[in-house]
Amino acid sequence: MDFELTEEQREFRHLVHEFVAKEVKPLARHTDETGEFNWQAVKKMGPIGLLGLEVPEKYGGAGVDAVSAAIAAEELGWGCGSTALAIGAHNTLGLGPIVRYGSEQLKQQWLPRLATGEGKLAALALTEPGAGSDLQGGVRTTAVKEGDSWIIDGSKMWTTNASIADVIIVLCRTDPAGGSHSLSQILVPTDTPGITIGPPEKKMGLKGSPTHAVTFEEVRVPLENLVGEEGRGLHQTLATLDSGRIGIGALAVGLAQAAYERAVAYAKERHTFGKPIAQHQAIQWMLADAATEIQAARLMVYWAAWLKQQGKPYTKAASMAKLFATEVSERVCRNAIQIHGGYGYSAEYEVERMYRDTRLMTIGEGTSEIQRLVIARHILNEW
Amino acid sequence: MKVVVCTKQTPSTTAVFTVDANGHVSWDDPGGKPNIVNPWDEYAIEEAIRLKENHGATDAIALTVGSEESKDALKTCLAMGCTEAILVSDSAFDGSDTVGTARVLAAAINKIGDVQIAVFGNRAIDGDTGLTPVQVARKLGWTPLTYVSAIKEISNGQITVERLLDDGKETVTAPLPVVISVVKEINEPRYPSFMGIRKANRATIPVWTAADLEVDGATGAEAAKVNWGHVYAPPPREGSVEIIEGETIEEKVRKLVDKLFEEKVI
Repeated sequence: MDFELTEEQREFRHLVHEFVAKEVKPLARHTDETGEFNWQAVKKMGPIGLLGLEVPEKYGGAGVDAVSAAIAAEELGWGCGSTALAIGAHNTLGLGPIVRYGSEQLKQQWLPRLATGEGKLAALALTEPGAGSDLQGGVRTTAVKEGDSWIIDGSKMWTTNASIADVIIVLCRTDPAGGSHSLSQILVPTDTPGITIGPPEKKMGLKGSPTHAVTFEEVRVPLENLVGEEGRGLHQTLATLDSGRIGIGALAVGLAQAAYERAVAYAKERHTFGKPIAQHQAIQWMLADAATEIQAARLMVYWAAWLKQQGKPYTKAASMAKLFATEVSERVCRNAIQIHGGYGYSAEYEVERMYRDTRLMTIGEGTSEIQRLVIARHILNEW
Repeated sequence: MKVVVCTKQTPSTTAVFTVDANGHVSWDDPGGKPNIVNPWDEYAIEEAIRLKENHGATDAIALTVGSEESKDALKTCLAMGCTEAILVSDSAFDGSDTVGTARVLAAAINKIGDVQIAVFGNRAIDGDTGLTPVQVARKLGWTPLTYVSAIKEISNGQITVERLLDDGKETVTAPLPVVISVVKEINEPRYPSFMGIRKANRATIPVWTAADLEVDGATGAEAAKVNWGHVYAPPPREGSVEIIEGETIEEKVRKLVDKLFEEKVI
């Protein structure tokens, strides 16, 4: 048993922390208020390796281990929820399927430009107006073979990064008969004729991470753009989401850490009844709970990432980590506002933004309820 | 053409300088941040890497005189993109003044051989003398070019640079080899990369001792001409704050302007 990060992991953390503190965190308020994506920082992420975390070095990526990838997500979350979500979705959801299942041709064609920041980002389109967590029965977007092409028709919802991406991995129904082998993932460049990307959705938080409805009308891409195997799209997607859940858990830990740091600082500054509010037991309990829960959440996230790195099953661990970390984050951000009192409710103080940002984390990439479902299925099979 | 960048490991920028009652100096970071590459040197490292990327240098070699711990600074250089790193470390060099350090650096640069440009940061944030680059140039017999804000051209055995001075900029040309010290206007240092960190961790950093070098002249504390006779922390700055009261903003501003006139600030 060893709770120490490796020297390399510590250095990664230091590098990302310094980068985020300088390039991302100072712009978090602007990003939220204007909804402008922080391209300035993101363009600098390519050379560092943050845009190709799990992409092998031979394709221009950083090829880091899963724990380091989680650390990167955590540090980005600490700096800015919006930017962290976009980069998380790019790495795990957009690039993940290409890295794990893509053909050599697709890898060579897309990974170098996407991992180095030469191009834009990558996205994954799953959800539809009538399909969320029930992808198997719900997906209506179809891909039909015609000659040497796939013809894609349908609509997707809540596609993170669609307007700032070069490619979207689209989950399509390739077998009208249905069933668990009727879906496939197809890579679609965003400049392909027939794609319409809707305006950015108006959201409670994460306003600098654009989310869009995307429609496909007779969108034609080469057959070679199939990612992985035909009919394996559902399995590939669920595996991608397992990985993404570690990322969302890590991001939530980062947001919680940021809110907690603000809460501690404010509690030491603000005086009531003749002493700093940090001296009042009611505040101390909230801070102690936050510190404890953040630490527990972080360890769960690292544990899930470690299992992934070891090549061991990690679906249950990822769900547990995501469930716990995101709910902790919501609680910590809520209490950070409580500690700030009226000021915490004001947009002048960062904890207000963090609370809005972290609210998505218990919903996106599988709601807390779906995580409990996944966990329950696993534990009931184990006993 | 080889380029050497001379760097120094210094306390972090948030470290606090303290002197206790016995005159013992400590320079620790309250947040526990480790020592860092001298921030001025980051511009020198970047420029050395760019000389390799854009001006045909074959190597960008990072060189440090210091303790074993200074390898961390050299690893940062490698992670940013330096091709090689060398640590010069020997207890015989402990307590050297800038002349002693310059003698060691010059000897190391001679040992590397075929070096055409030695790049330095403008100064180090701890000693803050800015002397070492010119002293190294003197020892090597090379032209020193200080306050360099741009490298314009390298051709036909000559280098043309822009120097940023108090009164303006000047462009000068000198025959290679040269020692240059750079100011922060010269570039925007890159961040280390994950790939670079991995490479740095795998790299072997050779350690050269006094026995490996032919140092011309004395080094170490006894040879130092500069002695730290009395070290003390500057007394805290005294001052007071006055809050200007008034019914309206206009009244407050009037009072403020009167005060500023009174104090001859405006």
